[in-house]
Amino acid sequence: MIQENLVINYQRKPLPEKLFKVGLLLLVVGFVGVVLAYISNSARASFNLLVVFTWIASIGVGSMFFIGIEYLTGAVWSVPFRRVAEITASFVLVLPILAIPILSSIHSLYHWSHTEAVQVDQILKNKSAYLNQTFFIVRLIITLLLWFLFYYLFTSISRKQDKSFDQSLTKKNTIVSAVFMPVFAVTLTFFAIDWLMSLEPHWYSTIFGVYYFAGSFLAALGVFTFVSISLNEKGFLVDGLGSEHYYSMGALIFAFTNFWAYIAFSQFMLIWYANLPEETFWFINRGVGSWLYFSIGIIFVKFIVPYILLLPQPAKMDPLRLKIAALWVLFAHYYDLFWVVMPTYSNGGVPFGWMELVFPVFAVGLLIVLFYILSKNVNLVPIGDPKLKRGLEFHL
Amino acid sequence: MDNQMNTSENLYGVGALFKDPNKIVKVVEKLVELGYKHWDVHSSYPLHGIPKRMRLKWSPLGYVALILGLTGTLTGLFLTWWTMSVDYPLTIGGKPWFSFPAFVPVLFELTVLLASVGTAIVMLFIIFKFPNNQHPLHDTEYMKKVSVDHFGVFIEAKDELFELEKVKSLFNDFGADEIIEIAYDRNEVAFKPKVFDVKFISFLVVIAIITSSVAYLFNNKILYFPPFDFMLNQFRLGPQESSTFFADGFGMRKPPAGTVARNQEFYPFKNKPDEAGMKLVNPLLATKENLELGRNKFNTFCSPCHGWRGEGDSRLNGQFPNPPSLHSEKVRNWTDGRIYHVIMEGQNVMPSYASQLTEKERWAVILYIRSLQRALNAKQEDIQ
Repeated sequence: MIQENLVINYQRKPLPEKLFKVGLLLLVVGFVGVVLAYISNSARASFNLLVVFTWIASIGVGSMFFIGIEYLTGAVWSVPFRRVAEITASFVLVLPILAIPILSSIHSLYHWSHTEAVQVDQILKNKSAYLNQTFFIVRLIITLLLWFLFYYLFTSISRKQDKSFDQSLTKKNTIVSAVFMPVFAVTLTFFAIDWLMSLEPHWYSTIFGVYYFAGSFLAALGVFTFVSISLNEKGFLVDGLGSEHYYSMGALIFAFTNFWAYIAFSQFMLIWYANLPEETFWFINRGVGSWLYFSIGIIFVKFIVPYILLLPQPAKMDPLRLKIAALWVLFAHYYDLFWVVMPTYSNGGVPFGWMELVFPVFAVGLLIVLFYILSKNVNLVPIGDPKLKRGLEFHL
Repeated sequence: MDNQMNTSENLYGVGALFKDPNKIVKVVEKLVELGYKHWDVHSSYPLHGIPKRMRLKWSPLGYVALILGLTGTLTGLFLTWWTMSVDYPLTIGGKPWFSFPAFVPVLFELTVLLASVGTAIVMLFIIFKFPNNQHPLHDTEYMKKVSVDHFGVFIEAKDELFELEKVKSLFNDFGADEIIEIAYDRNEVAFKPKVFDVKFISFLVVIAIITSSVAYLFNNKILYFPPFDFMLNQFRLGPQESSTFFADGFGMRKPPAGTVARNQEFYPFKNKPDEAGMKLVNPLLATKENLELGRNKFNTFCSPCHGWRGEGDSRLNGQFPNPPSLHSEKVRNWTDGRIYHVIMEGQNVMPSYASQLTEKERWAVILYIRSLQRALNAKQEDIQ
């Protein structure tokens, strides 16, 4: 049953061919670089690929969290932009392809994967029931399957609504979101512990899952904000979206910048205060040589710069400033993951060369191409959503 | 309504009531165009787009919050720095006195507290003029209708462009359903803040007297009566009390014979000053660091009686007999080990300082005494 007052005047326009070409160029250049990196120094390349892998996972699963939150809270302002989050959620689909080269070089990444090293290390021996290769891969497969399942449910139900205009589908997706939330919390925590925390298998921080979540949602919001504003400015979405919608995006980025800082500081301060050697070495490793400056830099890159950029109220409504801030938090999350991963590879100094530049190029190219391909046959606005009209009329 | 003074000099302003919100939009645009400044729109629910059309400026409250927040941060920084690293420095967990990470929660809490509470206070007292809770528009027919099914535009009489007839005809041109003149309320004009009321102040004084006397009575009297005095009766010995538990009546136990406490070195020259003088050798070199340590400890523990330079000029004003000078021929000829023995065992009135100084500090003090002796009894070749 189609209600007259819900039909929106939306014309699907294909994204410009140029975007695809630029993305493909970056992807090809990046891919050649990645292959060269693997040939010249496969250990260093695997660490870099791990950063890319966790970065893309952040954006994908963070976008799914955004969709879930929208359904659960009944938010209206984000409905006209939800398709953007649905498309960026599809980034989880490339994770298995990226996981294969990482898993093939698991021995150069994860110390616990060496059985002979575990034999002589009592702590690793005690942890080996959890930290072993078989269970690691099983956990990865379960996690990815769950993510794919929820990605499929979210998007297929939402797309069905484009044709049927059936309001009960929104209800259905709300139930899916309610189931997704605990699944998300558990899988993301395991994902963070497995892929990032176990790089230093002796180290543990009980807040680490939340730390990764804070960064992930921030990165997802960065992509969401940048893509939504760009599409809206070029007229790919519907009329009537403007500064009041942008304000909500800016406020979310600002809020989660603070949330990340709160969590990151909590993690640091407890470890610093308790001063237990089995916990402090993780931070001590990040204070050696040039890592010290990189660690101090993270305070500015991930907290102070976006904080000041988005503090005034008008700044959250200015599209240009918001786009800069959105790209900045995306970069900041890469910086953050680099800071988490790379000290395990090079203890004593920040590794920086052509290799570290090639991987982000590859990642960005991959995301652009993916976005182009996956948005090809999809309405960029969920035209069947009953909340869309209210979302268009959203006022602060 | 009866306490309103409907005279022209007490006019607060003119309000127009509309049933149709679209008319309001046109009035608003006209008023902006004409350049009125003191006017407002009233509605029982948010009229989107009206603030934008009214050309309302951003609220300055954000800057108030920013300034108050920064004040909170700086206050917190000063508080933690002054108390933790200057006034009463305590070493906690081996951390430096000024350990910033530990202070961040305090800074954060004070920032949030001052920004939020301060902004609320500024809003209440400066913008809403608290404790005045009256407003000329309160309890008027205009406000009653605006909060039910009308939309209102109100122009204050203090606006420079305000002329009663002109404003009325303007509202009429736009088809106002009703035009109401509103005068100041008599209570409003005669309002005096209660803070300066004698009754209010005496009420505060009485409350203060009652609470402080209750607190005094409780802390100083009631706590000493049963059954509230249980804190006074504890299973421990006060000073000079005899133990009923141990047969010898002493509360403090002596260490068993032939044992040495952990981290305490055994002193083999008990009551053998000459042997100590011969056998003990100062293990420290006269480095700047050791002399600094010696000076610090000498000034802390020795100088009250021996004087800053060891000349026996006590600072205790005769409460204790003055010791002889450390610059006598006798002490200068003593070996380091002999002085060490005096520190360990005491001599005449001087008690043992073994518990106040560690082994290294004792030797450092001796180094410092040696340097004092050399400085005050310099030989000819020292000067050259």
